[in-house]
Amino acid sequence: MDKIIRVNMTDLSTKVETVPSAWAGLGGRALTSTIVAAEVPPTCHALGPNNKLVFAPGLLTGTPAANSGRLSAGAKSPLTGTIKESNAGGTAAQMLARLGIKALIIEGLPKGEAWYRLHVSTDGVTIQEETELVGRGNFAVVEAVEARLGKKTGILTIGPAGEMKMTAANISVKDPDSKIRSHGRGGLGAVMGSKKIKFISIDDKGAPGVKIADPEKFKTAARTFAKALLDHPVSGEGLPTYGTNVLVNILNEAGGLPTRNFTHGQFAAHEKICGETMHDTIVARGGKPKHGCHAGCIIQCSQVYPDKEGKYVTSGFEYETIWGLGADCCVDNLDDIALADNIMDDIGIDSIETAVMFGVAMEAGILPFGDGKGIIRLLKEEIGKGTPLGRILGGGAGSVGKAFGVTRVPVVKNQGIPAYDPRSVKGIGITYATSTMGADHTSGYTIATNILNVGGYVDPLKKDGQVELSRNLQIATAAVDSTGMCIFIAFPALDIPECLPALIDMINARFGIALTGDDVIELGKYILKTERQFNIEAGFTKADDRLPEFFNVEPVPPHNVVWDFSGEEIDEFWNF
Amino acid sequence: MRINLKLFATFRVGRFSAEAREYPPGTPVAAVIRDLRIPEEQIGMIMLNNRHSEPDQQLHEGDNLALFPLVGGG
Repeated sequence: MDKIIRVNMTDLSTKVETVPSAWAGLGGRALTSTIVAAEVPPTCHALGPNNKLVFAPGLLTGTPAANSGRLSAGAKSPLTGTIKESNAGGTAAQMLARLGIKALIIEGLPKGEAWYRLHVSTDGVTIQEETELVGRGNFAVVEAVEARLGKKTGILTIGPAGEMKMTAANISVKDPDSKIRSHGRGGLGAVMGSKKIKFISIDDKGAPGVKIADPEKFKTAARTFAKALLDHPVSGEGLPTYGTNVLVNILNEAGGLPTRNFTHGQFAAHEKICGETMHDTIVARGGKPKHGCHAGCIIQCSQVYPDKEGKYVTSGFEYETIWGLGADCCVDNLDDIALADNIMDDIGIDSIETAVMFGVAMEAGILPFGDGKGIIRLLKEEIGKGTPLGRILGGGAGSVGKAFGVTRVPVVKNQGIPAYDPRSVKGIGITYATSTMGADHTSGYTIATNILNVGGYVDPLKKDGQVELSRNLQIATAAVDSTGMCIFIAFPALDIPECLPALIDMINARFGIALTGDDVIELGKYILKTERQFNIEAGFTKADDRLPEFFNVEPVPPHNVVWDFSGEEIDEFWNF
Repeated sequence: MRINLKLFATFRVGRFSAEAREYPPGTPVAAVIRDLRIPEEQIGMIMLNNRHSEPDQQLHEGDNLALFPLVGGG
């Protein structure tokens, strides 16, 4: 029987509850956002006692469905002040699902200075004081917890950035190779830090597993679904070969690769940091060009990037990180970027927010553009150690912009704008402006249709069709984020007609229900509206659904275009 | 006329990354794709001078033509 587990950090108690009927059909983002909207006062301080941190595996997590092992984490974000859902791979989601835990809700704040650890097993959750690992990096936490509890233990952990409640801090999730995936965006690591939880360990020994109502129907649908993933050239061939970093050359060619803190749309040294070069470097050094972030991933967009001696440097080395430290900071050395990625994993800070932040920091004169070694030094010596400068940097792009009087600060709702310039890829600008999460490319990835010719084509440089494109994608994405599925299933889902019905068939077979495609769309709409209502009650208005002013007045080469949507045009997004 | 060609991802394998080639005036993009022995169904994106383009587009002196297989990320 599925259950909800509540951990109260104020009185250090735990409670197992049955799943309310209204939550029974929800998982992942649908469930975290429903719980946060229902139980967290929107005006509360995100780092205060009234915020709650919610983890929820998706509706299909723990089943044999391909690519279904994502975990959603939700709370009010200390970075944006909005509701937040951030999902990640790793091993924790499938373990929680097998334990029958539909959601883990962490509430309250402990009194005093002590740090704690949680342990989740078939016996429920225990809270114990933690001393040894306080102040340590995430890699050390993973190593030590495995030594204490065994190699198979699932781990959710925060690094020093989370302990110091930096608003760019993430929550790290152990992956199948004992390395790290991240609930990256929105500062959820700071929320976990505010609750004084250093790590959560998970043991699923003796877990009941996930029951499937109609196993035969499930098997047939799962086969069709997996075939669609493997048949589509993006998920079946492109992503496993080059990873997401194949996008450097594509966006550069399209003139939408934000460069030198969003002042250019192309980076002269793109070939040095691109996916093709990364692939060849990994192969030459004996690394792994493909790698999955969770068991059951058949796309394998991750990779293991070694140094010249063949020693591990980083994995899950994403386009957005490489774009940000590369083009946006003008660093043309992939080894420096890889080492920075490793340090960000270790200190537990979002690699998108931090990369965007460094672009602003360079404009502020804190370090010169192109200074990869300087980035490594600031990560280790300032952010990692929590110096006064480090705390400003660890607050993200908006924090540095304010502290240093920079006006070109690419954020929406104080969250850093990722890897696609909204002036030359206009659909993604609508997503940045309207997403309930602050600037977030994954919430409505119009790049697929604006740039990659997936799901049709909408000209990235024209305004026509962008609002509708972003709306449709944001609705569909909210639903997909509730299944535990990796967002890259969207590529085959947009192009292969059997893919989405197979996904819905799997959900129906899992629960013995009869959802239609329309029901799934309604679920997506419900999620967006629930999240938006939270934001409105937190004080956000349509004036917050806007891009920073500089996009309106600074044309970006090579197309020399500005962001030219009016407020009224953007607000059309919410007409559904 | 001189066309600056750029190839990406798997199209580079056994070919090149960037090369300038001569073609008769008015050559369409599709003819260049054939000349490179790339099966047309493998073409994901054609970018001509940083804009999306189509196989029947005629090329002009000094054009920058970039060809991508169907790839993606995010």
